[in-house]
Amino acid sequence: MRAPDTNEILLQVEGVALAFGGVRALRDVSFNVRKGEIRAIIGPNGAGKTSMLNVINGFYHPDRGAITFKGRTRARMQPFEAARGGIARTFQNVALFKGMSALDNIMAGRTLRVRRGLLWQMLRYGPALAEEVEHRHRVEEIIDFLEIESIRKVPVGRLPYGLQKRVELGRALAMEPDLLLLDEPMAGMNLEEKEDMSRFIIDVNSHYGTTIVLIEHDMAVVMDLSDRVAVLDHGVKIADGTPDEMRENQAVIDAYLGVAH
Amino acid sequence: MIALGQFLEVLIGGLMSGVLYSLVALGFVLIFKASGVFNFAQGAMVLLAGLALVRSLDLLVANGFPLWVAIVLGIGFAAVIMATTAWLIERFVIGPLINQDALTLFMSTIGVTFVLEGAAEMIFGSDVYPLRLFPTDAWFVFEGLFPGGILINKLDVWGALIAGILVAGLAIFFQRTKTGRALRAVADDHLAAHSVGIPISWIWFVVWLVAGLVALVAATVWGTKLGVQFSITFLALKALPVLIIGGLTSIPGAIAGGLIVGAGEKLAEVYLGPSIGGGIEYWFGYVLALTVLLVRPQGLFGERIIERI
Repeated sequence: MRAPDTNEILLQVEGVALAFGGVRALRDVSFNVRKGEIRAIIGPNGAGKTSMLNVINGFYHPDRGAITFKGRTRARMQPFEAARGGIARTFQNVALFKGMSALDNIMAGRTLRVRRGLLWQMLRYGPALAEEVEHRHRVEEIIDFLEIESIRKVPVGRLPYGLQKRVELGRALAMEPDLLLLDEPMAGMNLEEKEDMSRFIIDVNSHYGTTIVLIEHDMAVVMDLSDRVAVLDHGVKIADGTPDEMRENQAVIDAYLGVAH
Repeated sequence: MIALGQFLEVLIGGLMSGVLYSLVALGFVLIFKASGVFNFAQGAMVLLAGLALVRSLDLLVANGFPLWVAIVLGIGFAAVIMATTAWLIERFVIGPLINQDALTLFMSTIGVTFVLEGAAEMIFGSDVYPLRLFPTDAWFVFEGLFPGGILINKLDVWGALIAGILVAGLAIFFQRTKTGRALRAVADDHLAAHSVGIPISWIWFVVWLVAGLVALVAATVWGTKLGVQFSITFLALKALPVLIIGGLTSIPGAIAGGLIVGAGEKLAEVYLGPSIGGGIEYWFGYVLALTVLLVRPQGLFGERIIERI
């Protein structure tokens, strides 16, 4: 098991509560993410895992509580501001630009890094051309890394599910994020695809040093990949610690197996 | 020779007037490409832009401004009106409907249509206002070749020229700039666009602004041709077959569709009209569109949609 590079806290979630009408999706949840670690959030269906990710990346605004990212606390933040701050994510049910090619999808991840003005881009001249070439270069690196060279020109709507998930990861990587949120990256995959995806996640973490927060149902995957695990149940954090500790934690076992009342 | 001369005259006239349809169709394509919304209000936007332009022009000229100053100021004023409209639509109609079904958004644009039509006529008046921005006389070319020559309307030439520049600019904008890429991204998936850092509300404002400016350009040409009046909103109906033939998502398709509809309806009127009673140019475009629908439902240039089952 790799130890996190430092003990520096990248993301601090403090007392977050979120309700939809009468449904309390999150109740007073606190945890932190250290720089460079792979942090898993697990829990039964409806435990509030995806809600937690949506709060971190600004899709939802918590009713109470604070989120501190890179030392800055913020209350209401729009998703595009989160992206600007260095948070990238993937979605449970793949959210890609279906009409665009794999290459264009990943290029879209570079949107925030384009610096030259509109007119220069239209003329594709001088510095703007150099910049475009540089972005293409970075994107090609990601395509090589994810082993999707052969499908770069294919509209992603036509790709099988496993490859779509890979393209989506590629788009998130193209943003060169400090924090990468993965919402069930292995959902609906066969064993081989899961192994590939696990390898990519570990490589992203070790190769680019990206901090990763991941939600996953497959316990074997979680135990293999993550440095620390937070367990949610009915919107409450019931346990937090290393995978080995979680395996023996009675509350976690009860939540997953059910308790006789 | 007379037959050939007449054929060429009809064909050229048809192609040119077809480009004018394309000008209106372009506005539809832009918004559809960038937000997946079929904007029913495009015709109303042409009316609004035209009224804002012609009324401010009249006022400025009446107050003794030289014509060219009045034209520059008038176009500027109309552009500001379209920008304000774009902002209001984003802020109060489309923005709150983020992540809703395409049909919901479409219905909301029907509402926008009536508000725009009402507001435009309330503020700027509801008469027919003549606009004289482009020459409306005609050239006669090839007089040596054909008796009487071939008649070409100067206005149509201007329209074609403007449409050409507009299309080239828009195509480059969509293909090469990050904003263009962001527009296509937003059309595909709101959530995903958000997550890669695209500010959707800004993008939607840009889209409606560009569509508003295209409407303004269409209004200058059509206003000169017909006068600025309420019936200009029915141009939206003329643009429908153009869209179906060209494909809703293709800018070059809007031009090609316009050319096909324009040439088709004029040729049909002249050559088929007499044998089936005439007046067919008003519906011939729709026949062409239906034919295309049967063969290629996505239009000649549209993106092929493949559903995985």
